[in-house]
Amino acid sequence: MTELFAAATGEVPGISEAVLWAIIVAPLAAFVAITLYVRHLPKIAGYLSITAIAASFVLSLITLVDVLGAGGGVAIHSYEWFQAGPVEFALGVRIDGLTAVMLVVVSSVSLLVQVYSQGYMEGDPGYGRYYAYMSLFITAMLGLVLADNLFMLFIFWELVGLSSYLLIGFWFHKPSAAAAAKKAFIVTRIGDLGLLAAILLIWTRHETFAIHEIHDLVISGALAGTTLTLFGLGLFAGAVGKSAQFPLHVWLPDAMEGPTPVSALIHAATMVAAGVYLMARFFPVIEASPQALDTVGWIGAATVIVGASLALVQTDLKRVLAYSTISQLGYMMLALGVFGYAVAVFHLFTHAFFKALLFLGSGSVNHATNTFDMRRMGGLRTVMPITFWTFLIGTLSLSGVFPLAGFWSKDEILLEAWVNDRALYVVAAVASFVTALYMFRAIFMTFFGEYKGGEPVDHEDEDSHFHGDPAHPHESSWVMTVPLLVLTAGAIAAGWWGWGKEFQHFVDAAVPEGVLHKAPNFSYWIAITSSIIAVAGIGTAWAIYHRRLISADDIRKTAFPIAAVLERKFFLDDLYERAFAINIFQRGWNRLVEQFDTLAVDGSVNGVGWVGQQSSRVLRHAQTGQVQLYGAGIAAGVFIVAIIVFIANPL
Amino acid sequence: MLTIEHFLTVGALLFCLGLVIALSKRNAIGVLMGIELMLNSVNLTLIAFSRFSGGLVDTSALHNKDFPPEIGGHAFVAFVITVAAAEAAVALALAVSVYRNRQTVEVDQLDLLKL
Repeated sequence: MTELFAAATGEVPGISEAVLWAIIVAPLAAFVAITLYVRHLPKIAGYLSITAIAASFVLSLITLVDVLGAGGGVAIHSYEWFQAGPVEFALGVRIDGLTAVMLVVVSSVSLLVQVYSQGYMEGDPGYGRYYAYMSLFITAMLGLVLADNLFMLFIFWELVGLSSYLLIGFWFHKPSAAAAAKKAFIVTRIGDLGLLAAILLIWTRHETFAIHEIHDLVISGALAGTTLTLFGLGLFAGAVGKSAQFPLHVWLPDAMEGPTPVSALIHAATMVAAGVYLMARFFPVIEASPQALDTVGWIGAATVIVGASLALVQTDLKRVLAYSTISQLGYMMLALGVFGYAVAVFHLFTHAFFKALLFLGSGSVNHATNTFDMRRMGGLRTVMPITFWTFLIGTLSLSGVFPLAGFWSKDEILLEAWVNDRALYVVAAVASFVTALYMFRAIFMTFFGEYKGGEPVDHEDEDSHFHGDPAHPHESSWVMTVPLLVLTAGAIAAGWWGWGKEFQHFVDAAVPEGVLHKAPNFSYWIAITSSIIAVAGIGTAWAIYHRRLISADDIRKTAFPIAAVLERKFFLDDLYERAFAINIFQRGWNRLVEQFDTLAVDGSVNGVGWVGQQSSRVLRHAQTGQVQLYGAGIAAGVFIVAIIVFIANPL
Repeated sequence: MLTIEHFLTVGALLFCLGLVIALSKRNAIGVLMGIELMLNSVNLTLIAFSRFSGGLVDTSALHNKDFPPEIGGHAFVAFVITVAAAEAAVALALAVSVYRNRQTVEVDQLDLLKL
């Protein structure tokens, strides 16, 4: 069954359905082939995976061009999968502006990360396994953005979570990695419970999973009131888990235990953006409910602040980037909360490029120094020029400096916030200053000053496959620098698509007409203010961490309580671990369940045995072995039966 | 005039006699004899029922293919006698075999299955 919905231009995407399915199937085939046949042939596994994702990338580009030509119309190809009672499950793909953009983001960043991984993962004993997991992840992510119904989306959503778990725990022999993988899985599961509840709610009330039908329900007013709000909040709970929003953001920094390319692809550019994608996909739902909209906006704002402030005190380069990612995801949610549907997607689009670039840059630094600890780096500007310049451009883009990609998307978020909610504008503007500050703190600590020697190679450690010499860092090989250069092009130019609201019109067409608020016009005032804020942040970082005009230690001492709170991560990890994990679950609930198991379950089983034993102890005296006694018993029994029959039927 | 009650009374008395013997005799041969007595009391009862439920052998009835005479009880008794004979043979053989192994056929001493 195929349904087409024309865009404002009156056109629909004519892209062949087979192309859309092929985008999902190509990496899936690579995953199956690697798992079954070439897991132990690392080079071939890598090439196979890269070929498959390259095919997906080319097909995604073709799709994007086609949808662009159609002005962002919608095409849905859906088939009945199976029927369980009255519930009909469909398998289908939906293509529109939003999906096309997501497809290109996912497949392009994946392709570059896969190429880069050849250098980064070189010599790792799990090289083949790594490419198998990555292929699985890419399949799941592409399926997630192509799914035309909520149920299929949920399947891919969980598959994405699974591959994230597998990749965070890729070096599972490290206890910290195994723990981080579990933490990520469990924490996101809390949010997924909300998503599942939303799916069940929409089914029980309206008997549909299809995205366009849910849109229609909202527009026609059939889905309204409390149900609508609960549905929106359920979806948002899923997004909070997956997109690491406050207060479930705690898993993302720990997820940095995985290989760096994984962090770049999954925990920065694509998977964590899936929550934002979900909210964008169901934007008509949250837009129709003021309560849901406010929740999204303010949770986003809290996340922006929490992420940015924690990024300030990290000494691990990857963790700075992780908290920065949390903060930027918060920006996207904040944008959704101020009606900025297209803006949020735009920021997701630009962020994917510069954040993947920054992560891959940090991996490149790690490859030279064998550490992520910024206190042991410094002065890498001269020895790693490509890494330095690309990292710098990524940082400028993230800080929102004209005319790089981050400037355009962040500026539009600030603009939407200014027009629709001044309080959120203040939050976003303050965080924008902090963003520039923490990113340039990282730049100055890593690339400027004197080199502090990195982490010496531990030759005793068999797991370490570090080849270089940390004492004499060097630039990484071309398989690592070429992806950096390509991503730099994205980090510079991706924002230009937003010029003249082109991106907005394109993505807006994915949502039924008449739903969206009119986007405000470009404001020079906002743009200049945000640029000044960014430059002020950079200048502050320069003064503190490069010229050392103000001592960082002095600030720390003056603001001791704040610094202490930040270094303990707002005590959230302590709260979750001590209060929830240990006291409520381990000591409380688990003990209760254990008691129930011992007393009720085991007790009933043992009780049955005890009754049998006791009764046999009594009854075995009847078994004398005397056949005549048994005969007497039989005769007595017959006699009794005869008497009963006689009483019942007198002659 | 002999009525069915006479036959049934004799049958019941014989059965009780056999039952008492089978349950009280310690010698296995005696028990077997009691069982035979019970079987034959049943035979008597069967014959009596057959005779008194219209199963009288009438020579004319023998030639009526649509209404065969009621000789089920008689036939049953013939079977019982045959089976009882076979059973007695087996039981006596067992008694001999048990005696060779245990030098006794007292049933209260054959209690190997007792815990």
